[in-house]
Amino acid sequence: MALEVMARADSPIPLDVAFRVEPGELIALVGHSGSGKTTLLRSIAGLWRPETARVAVNGTTWLDTAARVDLPPHRRRVGIVFQNYALFPHMTAAQNVMAAMDTADYAEAERVLDLVNLHGLAHRKPAHLSGGQQQRVAVARALARKPHALLLDEPFSAVDRATREKLYDEIVALRAHLAMPVVLVTHDMNEAQFLADRMVVIEKGHVVQEDTTARVMADAHALRAMGIREVAAMLPAVIAEHGDDGLTRLDAPTGPLYLPWIDAVPGTGLRVRIMAHEVILSRAFPDGLSAQNIIAGTVTRIVPGAGPGVMIHVDVGGHEILARITRRAAEQMALQPGMTVHAILKSMSIARDHVVRAPDAASTAE
Amino acid sequence: MDWTALWLSMRLAGWTVAVLLPVAVLMGRFLAYRSFGGKGLVEALVMLPLVLPPTVFGFYLLVAFGRNSPVGGLWQNLFGHQLVFSFEGLVVASVIFNLPFAIQPAQRGFEAIPAEVREAASCCGMSPLASLWKVELPLAWPGLMTAMVLTFAHTLGEFGIVLMVGGSIPGETRTIAIAIYDRVQAFDGQAAAIMSAVLVAISLFTIALTYWLSARMGRRLS
Repeated sequence: MALEVMARADSPIPLDVAFRVEPGELIALVGHSGSGKTTLLRSIAGLWRPETARVAVNGTTWLDTAARVDLPPHRRRVGIVFQNYALFPHMTAAQNVMAAMDTADYAEAERVLDLVNLHGLAHRKPAHLSGGQQQRVAVARALARKPHALLLDEPFSAVDRATREKLYDEIVALRAHLAMPVVLVTHDMNEAQFLADRMVVIEKGHVVQEDTTARVMADAHALRAMGIREVAAMLPAVIAEHGDDGLTRLDAPTGPLYLPWIDAVPGTGLRVRIMAHEVILSRAFPDGLSAQNIIAGTVTRIVPGAGPGVMIHVDVGGHEILARITRRAAEQMALQPGMTVHAILKSMSIARDHVVRAPDAASTAE
Repeated sequence: MDWTALWLSMRLAGWTVAVLLPVAVLMGRFLAYRSFGGKGLVEALVMLPLVLPPTVFGFYLLVAFGRNSPVGGLWQNLFGHQLVFSFEGLVVASVIFNLPFAIQPAQRGFEAIPAEVREAASCCGMSPLASLWKVELPLAWPGLMTAMVLTFAHTLGEFGIVLMVGGSIPGETRTIAIAIYDRVQAFDGQAAAIMSAVLVAISLFTIALTYWLSARMGRRLS
């Protein structure tokens, strides 16, 4: 049930994009507002028609301007979560969910609401739900449609940071239940890196880069439009123990990692996003440093940037850490591939929302 | 107290509301969602009865519905009596005259529905008709309610246009407002006073009912 999308338009914004999403795969369309990513999502749903476009799911053509095929939105099996959720205000949570079903089934609505952790709130109207709960109803409603493609339009932008982190974990857990292609539109690179399998970077209606999330996030050129400070590596880790001093020790392929207190039991699997510009490199093992994380690794690649910076790829136990340092520093250190370096990372430099539960941990925590 | 006149006024108001409800839904929805060239002109035309003196409006309707007009002639051939100075003629005049009172609030009601909510309805698999029934009508209901009550109350109180198009035929075109006028002309102050008081009471009740209903509706929606 792969989703194939091709769209070209001159107005209201120039657009020339094509991509494909496999069943069960989550692809993130990232770009600034006005880049055309939401317009693209709307074309998939049938809410907007580009001048030239083709949208097909599992061989069923929803839109083909050349063949004059254009199914209206209600004839496309599409689930969509709008930025402001667009819940039906006069209906309860359960009625909202049932509104998307082919035949209304209250028990099934409750089951779907349970799936998004809204147990016992089926009778509430949207006005009596928090932002995070409304978002969950919107997700439940989209799933109740039994969609052949699930579309998420900036679904986390209208909630506060703490709620957003919780919702990330839930979406990650929900992935196990999603067999259809999922398209996430976002301008938040943190969100994209945690949630997406692959990323399409869109700038002014054109694809700048399309690749796996890890590769896009390591590619300073691809991220130029989004801000080079977004370049980051992601490490898997498991909570080992909570220290008395408020630090949590993680076991990672890099060795132990000390981060500010993480609210989860030991043994919980995590993913930690490590920003390239936060990493300091040292050839010798540094001594007397305040930084708690000193990770030895091997330089694999040195990628010069357009400006004064270079990106150093460091292999640590089969995983990669990225360090963005100045070209001058790289020359002073005489860095070469194959060289052993120490990556230095302050515990405090890792923001709370840069730590998310790993998919398997999240699904077992349900 | 002229009960026949009061009953006639109620019937006229009832029919006007019945005819205008679907018109208000269709036109209000159309004007709320679509933008097209000449939309301003259409909206101005709808509002025209609001500013025209009823006599001017009545005069044009008399000409348009008269025996020698195409509409009046067709009516005469079909039903064997003329359209002007008949109850049916009054209904037609009243419907046209009440267009702004019905369409304007309905349009505001539909405009209040966020575009995303309508899009969500179609992405939920609802056909345009299902979306209208399950999502748009319940949400636009306060506007439609206002439209219907305004139309009803306004028809009860309409005088000039009824006199122009209907005259004052008892049981056919003599509404309560005309009857009051007749009583005053005949120096029957007591009858005029009673009927005026009844009309005030009915109008007040109708409008109070709307406020109560829309407040209740507002609570239901939030």
